[in-house]
Amino acid sequence: MNPPLSLYHLAPGESAVIKKLYCSGSIRRRLLDIGMTEFTKVVCVGAAPTGDPKAFLIRGAVIALRREDSINILIEKKEKVNGSC
Amino acid sequence: MEAAKTVAIAGNPNVGKSTLFNSLTGMHQHTGNWAGKTVANAHGCCRTPNYTCTLVDIPGTYSLLAHSPEEEIARDFLCAEKTDAVIVVCDATCLERNLNLTLQILKINPHVILCVNLMDEAEKKGISVDFSVLSESLGIPAVGICARKKKGIQNLLHTLDKVLAAASENKSDFHTTSLTKCRCEADITAADDVNTAKAGHTDADTLIKAAESIAAKAVTFHNPHYRAKDIRLDKFLTSRLTGYPVMILLLAVTFWLTISFSNYPSALLSHLFTKLEGVLSALLFSIRTPLWLHDLLILGAYRVLTWVIAVMLPPMAIFFPLFTLLEDMGYLPRIAYNLDHCFKKCRACGKQALTMCMGFGCNAAGVVGCRIVDSPRERLIAILTNSLVPCNGRFPLLITLSAMFFTGTASGITGSAASALLLTGFILLGVSMTFLASRLLSATVLKGLPSSFILELPPYRCPQPCRILLRSLLDRTLFVLGRAVLAAAPAGVIIWLAANITVADASLLTHCAGFLEPFARLIGLDGVILIAFILGIPANEIVLPIILMAYLSTGSLVQTESLTSLHTLLAVNGWTPVTALCTMLFSLLHWPCATTLLTIKKETGSLKWTLIAFLLPTVFGCSACFLVNSIGKLLFHV
Repeated sequence: MNPPLSLYHLAPGESAVIKKLYCSGSIRRRLLDIGMTEFTKVVCVGAAPTGDPKAFLIRGAVIALRREDSINILIEKKEKVNGSC
Repeated sequence: MEAAKTVAIAGNPNVGKSTLFNSLTGMHQHTGNWAGKTVANAHGCCRTPNYTCTLVDIPGTYSLLAHSPEEEIARDFLCAEKTDAVIVVCDATCLERNLNLTLQILKINPHVILCVNLMDEAEKKGISVDFSVLSESLGIPAVGICARKKKGIQNLLHTLDKVLAAASENKSDFHTTSLTKCRCEADITAADDVNTAKAGHTDADTLIKAAESIAAKAVTFHNPHYRAKDIRLDKFLTSRLTGYPVMILLLAVTFWLTISFSNYPSALLSHLFTKLEGVLSALLFSIRTPLWLHDLLILGAYRVLTWVIAVMLPPMAIFFPLFTLLEDMGYLPRIAYNLDHCFKKCRACGKQALTMCMGFGCNAAGVVGCRIVDSPRERLIAILTNSLVPCNGRFPLLITLSAMFFTGTASGITGSAASALLLTGFILLGVSMTFLASRLLSATVLKGLPSSFILELPPYRCPQPCRILLRSLLDRTLFVLGRAVLAAAPAGVIIWLAANITVADASLLTHCAGFLEPFARLIGLDGVILIAFILGIPANEIVLPIILMAYLSTGSLVQTESLTSLHTLLAVNGWTPVTALCTMLFSLLHWPCATTLLTIKKETGSLKWTLIAFLLPTVFGCSACFLVNSIGKLLFHV
């Protein structure tokens, strides 16, 4: 049994599929607005100098998310991306 | 003559709505490569073959379920007002997400044109868009344009014409539209509470799914590695090792270029003005102008005016284009991305970095820009700390004084490098003060924890050198210079009167300066400098000119052959490097200008916060100057 993975655990160069958003209110709506729905593919494309926030490629746009927010987004099917996505 | 049609330009943030608006109306709204520049509706006029239209450029929004004030403006306009047609602008390189909003807008208003912008970028990245598929699956006309290069604009106007004609034929449409409108608003409120209203959620989900399938049909990616260049650049500009050093280096290089390349034109200008002074002086004498009037016009007004131009114009003409270059490239959001961790530590929002960067242009604009910060607490912090970074109006004083007092005798590369480093230090100080003030505010009057943060990092875009030069010269350089010259004239009259009206054996100026002198001395300034800062409340640009005028009017006239004479004038009036340093510090950290204060009052709607915005930087500045002055006294035993 693997522990549940969150978007925060995605390292630059890895991709995954969104499973569930464990947040509510305005942040949840905002995440849905930018297209972060179930089964959406996300790729982690980098991190800020301090390692937080991280940048994710989602539906063609790059979005930066803080640890506090990305840790509440559960993912599955983590895999390495070939080349520079 | 029919009444003008109202046409809204809507779309996701940073897809080029303002650029399109500018090319349709011939106006000059501020554009740049980052999400959130436009925070209020802008109106303009444009003509299609058969109609006159009022175009409304509304702030970018990700969806009609608004979160922040600027998104509410967009939603309210689209939902409530009688808009005849909507141009939904999309980014060709990110069509899928953009279509989500298009579908939402289609539910409110049927008269929509899909306008796919940035076709040139898409072409470069090997992305092709099938417009007939788009048009068919959405049931609305779809056109491709490139707003920056004004390609496809005519086609768009013709399409708009047809849509407007169809809209005015279907007057009965309005009822059904308003019905759909209500339903959509109901949907939106339902979707607001995702936990209870399952129906609303599914609705939003369906739209995203629909957008996904339309994009899959219409968009082809010929090059799977189209983001490779952006990723390489991001690795360099935001990585652990190079992120911060590159940021500081870019700042320092900008200043170094500004200082080292403005020396020569400055000297040339002042040489020219000196020659012209001789001609003007002879002309005035030849028409028998009284001596006092000649002195007032030439030695007072003319000299100060030409000094302002010679000293301020060249640095601005170099600095502003360089800054605009970084902005157009898309570097500003990367600064916010790099600094977000620090802002989080200070319990503030990373987007504050964006408003801070806008503050480098104009603090009033920066304060308005704070609308992009979602949480009210963090927005207040961003507003109150905005004037801790120097605006356009304060840069010339900083650049001039650092070049004058701290390059020493070493001119050329080493000299300009030294003052560039000093300036960079000042900016970093301003940024650290912003952090300190943010942390202080969130520990005292604005208690709270940092909220969530979602920032879009746009693709890097190749800047257009000609456009940058033209726009930054016209919009910023001449604007600031004009303000300085205009505000300097009445201030000049006040100074001249104050210096020439005598009360009890001394001029008013001497009285005022004498009154402020003890306090000013304590913080390393003198009475005249403090008066200049007080008179500079309407516009920070005139602080240096007022100082010059005041010194000139007290009698110590110097020839203006070169910029060194400016140094001599200040030195004659008792300026030491410590005075210059304190003046620069005080310029960085003092009360915001009148425009900024009024804007803060408008944005916060409260006198209390305006007062805090006034006091916060002033207290910081007085303490910093006092500290530097005391240390200076200890070191040099003055």
